[in-house]
Amino acid sequence: MNYLIDRRLNGRNKSAVNRERFIRRYKDHIRRSVKGMIAERSITDMAKGGEVKVPAKDISEPSFHYGSGGDWETVHPGNKEFVRGDKIPRPEGGGRGRGGSGTGSGDSVDDFVFTLSRDEFLNIFFEDLELPNLMRTAIAEAEDRKLIRAGYVKEGTPSNLSVARTMKTALARRIALGGPLKEELEAAREELETAMRSGRPMGEIEVIQARILDLEGRLARLPFLDDVDLRYRHRVSVPRPAARAVMFCLMDVSASMDERKKDLAKRFFTLLYLFLTRKYERVELVFIRHTDEAQEVDEDTFFYDTQSGGTVVYSALELMHEICTSRYPRSDWNIYAAQASDGDAFGADPAKSARFLREQLLPLTRYFAYIECPDENHSGNSSLWVEYEELQKPAPNFAMRRVYSPGEIYPVFRDLFRKEKV
Amino acid sequence: MNARVQGPLPHGPEWDFELLEQYDHVIAETAAEYALDTYPNQIEIINSEQMLDAYASSGLPLGYPHWSYGKAFIRHDQAYRKGYQGLAYEIVINSSPCIAYLMEENSLMMQALVIAHASYGHNSFFKGNYLFKQFTQADAILDYLVFSRRYVMECEQRFGTAEVEEVIDSCHALMDYGVDRYRRPQPQSAKEREARKSEMEEHERRQFNDIWRTLPAVAPSAAATAAAAFPPEPEENILYFVEKHSPRLAPWQRELVRIVRKLSQYFYPQIQTKVMNEGWATFWHYTLLNRLYEKRIVDDAFMIEFLHNHTNVVTQRGFDQQGYHGMNPYALGFAMMQDIRRICENPTAEDVAWFPELARTDWRKSLDFAMRNFKDESFIAQYLSPRLIREFRLFCVADHVGKAELEVDSIHDDQGYRRVRRMLADQYKRENMLPDIQVARYDRDGDRSLTLRNQIFRGRPLAEDEANEVLRHLGRLWGFPVRLEAVDADGRVDGYREWRP
Repeated sequence: MNYLIDRRLNGRNKSAVNRERFIRRYKDHIRRSVKGMIAERSITDMAKGGEVKVPAKDISEPSFHYGSGGDWETVHPGNKEFVRGDKIPRPEGGGRGRGGSGTGSGDSVDDFVFTLSRDEFLNIFFEDLELPNLMRTAIAEAEDRKLIRAGYVKEGTPSNLSVARTMKTALARRIALGGPLKEELEAAREELETAMRSGRPMGEIEVIQARILDLEGRLARLPFLDDVDLRYRHRVSVPRPAARAVMFCLMDVSASMDERKKDLAKRFFTLLYLFLTRKYERVELVFIRHTDEAQEVDEDTFFYDTQSGGTVVYSALELMHEICTSRYPRSDWNIYAAQASDGDAFGADPAKSARFLREQLLPLTRYFAYIECPDENHSGNSSLWVEYEELQKPAPNFAMRRVYSPGEIYPVFRDLFRKEKV
Repeated sequence: MNARVQGPLPHGPEWDFELLEQYDHVIAETAAEYALDTYPNQIEIINSEQMLDAYASSGLPLGYPHWSYGKAFIRHDQAYRKGYQGLAYEIVINSSPCIAYLMEENSLMMQALVIAHASYGHNSFFKGNYLFKQFTQADAILDYLVFSRRYVMECEQRFGTAEVEEVIDSCHALMDYGVDRYRRPQPQSAKEREARKSEMEEHERRQFNDIWRTLPAVAPSAAATAAAAFPPEPEENILYFVEKHSPRLAPWQRELVRIVRKLSQYFYPQIQTKVMNEGWATFWHYTLLNRLYEKRIVDDAFMIEFLHNHTNVVTQRGFDQQGYHGMNPYALGFAMMQDIRRICENPTAEDVAWFPELARTDWRKSLDFAMRNFKDESFIAQYLSPRLIREFRLFCVADHVGKAELEVDSIHDDQGYRRVRRMLADQYKRENMLPDIQVARYDRDGDRSLTLRNQIFRGRPLAEDEANEVLRHLGRLWGFPVRLEAVDADGRVDGYREWRP
């Protein structure tokens, strides 16, 4: 007996578990590739999948097999001109001239390349960050609330009255209460008719007529609309994360910020950006660079254009405030900011900046992170650091850290967001 | 039985289940004409993603989870998506009922071809060939797969994924050496042992001669006591030895070793009969569909589409052509099966001289005999005819150590036929594909070390790096020092490598 079975609807992702095992096993390689990708990509297309290369050597499954050397005879098809005893020079590359026979696995040394899906990429990217926790603790729940429909209630304001629903209820009530009366009335009328036809005594007929009148009266007294019929549209307010966020990247591009420091800053900005894209549907980026005066620029210019000059942090903060008020009203946008600097600031600037930050910017932003990338062998606090430090206590949405090397970015990022929990 | 409408069956790119049933029905009828003996069939339609899944688990419908399958899946998936690799039209599983997977993308003609190929060709081979009969239990394999999957997953829960993965990794490294080439004798029952013992006593009694009593007793020499080594005979199934004797493995680890070993054993007949198996299945889809055409059940257009596909399958590229990957088992197997039929039906003088036992016999019987009693190596050695050697223009190239150039050893001429045939047959020998490595000694009473012996065959060395890796894996399973000694043809130990925990 033969069976014909359609299996197409069965699960198709049978290998998912094996794929996941594979990725877990080669996490180190993959993590390295992911780091490479981070360096290459611009912030906004960070959140894509990507190709990962794992050296074939590391991934091979070893087995006993013949190496090169020894005596071999191989049979091939398609002889055209050879006769017994012909000599053939050895093929280049140390091949044994064995064609495809012998080891079936092949000794190819190509790297094993495969594509990470976007989710896999982000998982690895955020792996160290314990994102789920972060989401809950680090960023305060968005304050926006939204009213959504939630059925009907019996009480409410007249403006919320649902006419259709009220009519429906009224109709139901009238049928429920009036139905038995109507039946009774019907029966009484029939009775009257038979009584009339069969010539019953007048007294009896009058009794029936009185009953009919009574029933008709009761029916008529059923109200068309009653208080209990009224139905109002119900709305409840649910918290709604504003779907939009804007992220300000502020960076000091004065001469003292070299490539290394900028790279550190970029990584930090990227993390924050990715972090936000996981939470918000849409994230806009504003890049503000400053020397002694601030400019809004695009990403390329921001990271790669060199400019030199002095340092006035205040100018950047001021520009950010200006942009906020003109383009990103607080009611519609979640505002985040990350500032990177080497901390060199002079004169009254640090104090002025800190004050401006405290009074004007922090109330606007959901989170303001400051990272300082000092020189590698630098110790002691920079002037900006000292001033900003004052802010930390009173403002829960302000955080600051020092970063010396790329390896510290993840921990620092994690740290920044963990701080609030404590 | 459902009566079939007369006239050719429809065909085209679209198929539906009713049509498939009709085709299956007529193919089954035709197969019965040739007395093909098969397991019951179960034909399953799957889509390309499911086919990729099946690829990754070596064609088995289910398997235990392991990263190497993920790797295989990723590789096939990439190759398929980028268009480097097409997918097989079918996968067939040696089980009862015999499960054949058909791709939904196949045209109706392809489905018919695949049904004939897999559900009647491969299926009857699985049922008839001696290797499959000896080493696989078709009705038990699916249950065993279910068991092994569940067992591995339970172990993962109880002992940790990483621990289980370690054991399986190590077993996979030795998978090729987890195979019995000959059936292990059944353990004797107490009754048999008793009978054997009395038989031996009887023998001794008859051989008794009082004169032997007068011989002086010889003290057992030191060499003789040392020779009480274990195992008494070398053991070629390394995984079996590990499973039974490893001093370190916990019971669940032994069971894992066993699972991998069983799986390896399951694949053993398939590896040994690739040419025959594919040749047989190809021969039968060709024969069956041609018979359908003779009976006018399918029309010309169907046949043209069929022949186009069939020809693609049985193309043998020459050694100097692009895309040459050695002998194509489909081409060789199909040609040989056809050739046997030809020799039976109209032999030439040459055929009569070479195959007197085949010429003018019933081709059905002779072919069936060949299918049942051979594996690739012996099949080629027995049946490859000079005519085919000429047709394929086979030639043999010798690559010997110490010679600067390769030498053409023999070609398709009178002096060369037998040698080419021998060489081609040898190519399918296990010794030729796998180095000969066996368990030689287990020092049970000393340091518990395990010694493997690599009998060097024709001066072919092991691939060094990987051999060390595998040794490390074996060490992990064994838990005590493991050694691999290379022994040359004269029995001299050439050198050894060692792994210590």
